[in-house]
Amino acid sequence: MSKLMSKLNSNIPPGELKDKWNDQCFNFKLVNPANKRKFDIIIVGSGLAGSSAAASLAELGYNVTVFTHNDSPRRAHSIAAQGGINAAKNYQNDGDNVHRLYYDTIKGGDFRSREANVYRLAEVSAKIIDQCVAQGIPFARDYGGLLDNRSFGGAQVSRTFYAKGQTGQQLLLGAYGALNRQIKKKKVTAYSYHEMLELVLIDGKAAGVVVRDLRNGQIKSYSAHAVILATGGYSNIYYLSTSAKNCNATAIWRAYKKGALFANPCFTQIHPTCIPASGEYQSKLTLMSESLRNDGRVWVPKKKNDRRRPGEIPEGERDYFLERKYPSFGNLVPRDVAARNIKEMCDEGHGVGATGMAVYMDFQEALARLGEDEVESRYGNLFEMYELITGDDPYTTPMMIYPAAHYTMGGLWVDYNLMSNIDGLFVLGEANFSDHGANRLGASALMQGLADGYFVIPYTLGNYLSIKSKSGFQKPDAESPEFKKAEKDIQDKIQGLLSKKGQNSPDEIHRRLGKVMRDYVGMARNAGGLKKALKEIEVLKNEFNDNLKVFESGESLNESLEKAGRLGDFLELAELMALDALHREESCGGHFRTEYQTPEGEALRNDKKFSYVAAWEYTGPKKAPKLHPEKLVFTDIKPSTRSYK
Amino acid sequence: MKITLKIWRQASQEAQKKGAKKGAFETYHLDDVHEDMSFLEMLDVLNEKLLHEGFEPVAFSHDCREGICGSCGVVINGRAHGPLQGVTTCQLHMRHLKNFTTLVIEPWRAKAFPVIQDLVVDRSAFDRILQAGGYISVNTGGVPDANGLPIGKHVADEAFVAASCIGCGACVAACPNASATLFVSAKVSHLALLPQGQPEKHHRVESILTAMDNEGFGNCSNAGACEYECPKGLSLKNIARLNREYFEAVFSASLEEHPTHAHHGKGDETMHTH
Repeated sequence: MSKLMSKLNSNIPPGELKDKWNDQCFNFKLVNPANKRKFDIIIVGSGLAGSSAAASLAELGYNVTVFTHNDSPRRAHSIAAQGGINAAKNYQNDGDNVHRLYYDTIKGGDFRSREANVYRLAEVSAKIIDQCVAQGIPFARDYGGLLDNRSFGGAQVSRTFYAKGQTGQQLLLGAYGALNRQIKKKKVTAYSYHEMLELVLIDGKAAGVVVRDLRNGQIKSYSAHAVILATGGYSNIYYLSTSAKNCNATAIWRAYKKGALFANPCFTQIHPTCIPASGEYQSKLTLMSESLRNDGRVWVPKKKNDRRRPGEIPEGERDYFLERKYPSFGNLVPRDVAARNIKEMCDEGHGVGATGMAVYMDFQEALARLGEDEVESRYGNLFEMYELITGDDPYTTPMMIYPAAHYTMGGLWVDYNLMSNIDGLFVLGEANFSDHGANRLGASALMQGLADGYFVIPYTLGNYLSIKSKSGFQKPDAESPEFKKAEKDIQDKIQGLLSKKGQNSPDEIHRRLGKVMRDYVGMARNAGGLKKALKEIEVLKNEFNDNLKVFESGESLNESLEKAGRLGDFLELAELMALDALHREESCGGHFRTEYQTPEGEALRNDKKFSYVAAWEYTGPKKAPKLHPEKLVFTDIKPSTRSYK
Repeated sequence: MKITLKIWRQASQEAQKKGAKKGAFETYHLDDVHEDMSFLEMLDVLNEKLLHEGFEPVAFSHDCREGICGSCGVVINGRAHGPLQGVTTCQLHMRHLKNFTTLVIEPWRAKAFPVIQDLVVDRSAFDRILQAGGYISVNTGGVPDANGLPIGKHVADEAFVAASCIGCGACVAACPNASATLFVSAKVSHLALLPQGQPEKHHRVESILTAMDNEGFGNCSNAGACEYECPKGLSLKNIARLNREYFEAVFSASLEEHPTHAHHGKGDETMHTH
């Protein structure tokens, strides 16, 4: 167990909010250019945060090693982000600035994010766009040749830069290009098919990692002066989510079990408009852009368990429930409100489709008002994708949609410098917790990943290494007993999994875990449900221990083994999520406790009691985790109630 | 739906060293395939069945399952990514395959893509090609304002289309010469179209083509199968642009600034026929 700081220190620099980062950069200790090549850095993950950090650090002269479980760094799940990336450029002359982006982000996060980090994010946002354009990223442009913008939820300005519906792909390929350039220069060594299975500490400091080559099962140790985790979020705990199949929590969870604090694990974002599951075999869910709610009308049959086809249900027997409940915002209520209402209608028996877990999104009114050509020009590619997956034509049959887990705001606790409470362990991107509070705004995930990697870690890591090197800083030895023990522990763990000869495949148990999490730790939560979830998670843990089946092959590609290892970690994280959700007796952002709502059904925060980050410490198996609250202070904004009336 | 699968099974290098035979087609029957399943979900069902029966599940690459990461890709009844045009394997659904009662499933087959196991191939050659020059050499920071350099909308849009390649390798699998020319041309086009890509364009096209040759990909003979099978619809226009860029690089005086790149490999003796 690492030596925990007696009190959480977020290391927020003093001074005015707008001066903090500038002052901090000036006060940072620097590493002499000739000395940078003496430092080795490990980065786990090759998405936007990992690749941008690896390239930027290598450009400065550090020696970087990158690990990804994918077959190429380019395949990290950042690639699938659709909508865009926010930046306070004010190119549209609509009154945007750094303070407004900061304000929107804090408010969108329902006042549960760390103010100083958010302000810095808004400050560096403009530089990200400059960097990406210089890399040749083909953002959308207008006819004069300048960059185009669009609007996104939670903002009244147009500050979102985009490349069709493939912004994440283009940004990641830009960072991957920068990474490739450093690989060519031999400043970065990248290992594909390598999964991190353990964080190794020596005297309480991050010393390196143990990884497994998925192709042949080899277990190897790598040491470094500092370790950076950029391994993404944990939405796959819900089994059905918009994440890629291989996204997992193993790296951050194993760091947690080595003493890193896990902050706000219950803050998850459920996206309201996804293509629903069509059957038990469903493996993941596909997002349908939020923009569809501009013209699609959401409805369910008034009669419960109505099995008629949508066309056979007359107008008078349809319930346009969002328009009914929220007359001023209608179908365009924010993500969390829409998602919760859709779930409620289905739970009450009004759901449609084969599983009853879907509602209609109907474009007949828009088709009549705008004509088919106009609807096609707005949504043609989305309609095509929908038809490819479901076989239904949205021009003639209403779409069916249902919410799905999409993003996790929670993650490992980090200070202002993005270092966890473990000395030398840094955490970037979705894997950390700091910037989005209880709800992330659209187009802000890409911004944060690249801000952390391009413009924060190159400064903060330099300062860390510079201070450390004053007291004789040696790279740990990967042959040391601590690494050997970690390797043996991992070998034993894998051997344990390979010998499991029970009845349930990892997917079967994971599906059941996903259902528990969706039902009780999803869009709406309450004490009774969360306690029930804790019991059911315990049952599933026992099932995992006693009745799991894994194919017995440790020296070649074996997906059942990979899944089993990740599932074991998800089962433990699920428990922490439920505990965190249970302890937070208020509603905020995506964390909606049904006991705490206004008479109008809106989230009811309790700032007096819960205006803090809940950072949890692992205390040992079968022991309750320990809570370390980090109080949130707002100097430049007054917490208020979000309202959509 | 009832489906018969003939799947190429191949042992890993490690297993082969221990005496496992290299590879063969195995036949499997699935009786309860649903039309709404994706092709990969059908393989999931097969793998669950194999796991429960004590047989080794089929290794196949997949990740995002929404057609953008480029991980998945198998040859189905002789077609890269299956019979539907313009989609990746993960976007193919069983209702699109209901006219086939037997599906023959193979990995991408190319010398430059060695099989790792079953349907999984090693595409790291693509990474190495792009390491040779698939980027604009700018460090983080110190770049001009994003709107400092206007770029015509049609140019930006054309560059975007070229940049939308997902690196799946279907072009190589479909090509009778196992050439990576469409893949290479997409990156060269993307960067050559943009003003930011101009300073390095001659060097880039040279080194990237050399890397492609060194990886063991074949040359282009304009068969056009790559364009036909590309799930992102990348066109042969990109290859025409690559050729133009290559000729320009070879004949331009600026090449003399890079004498080391002018004398290399096969391209030196006879002109590339990309």
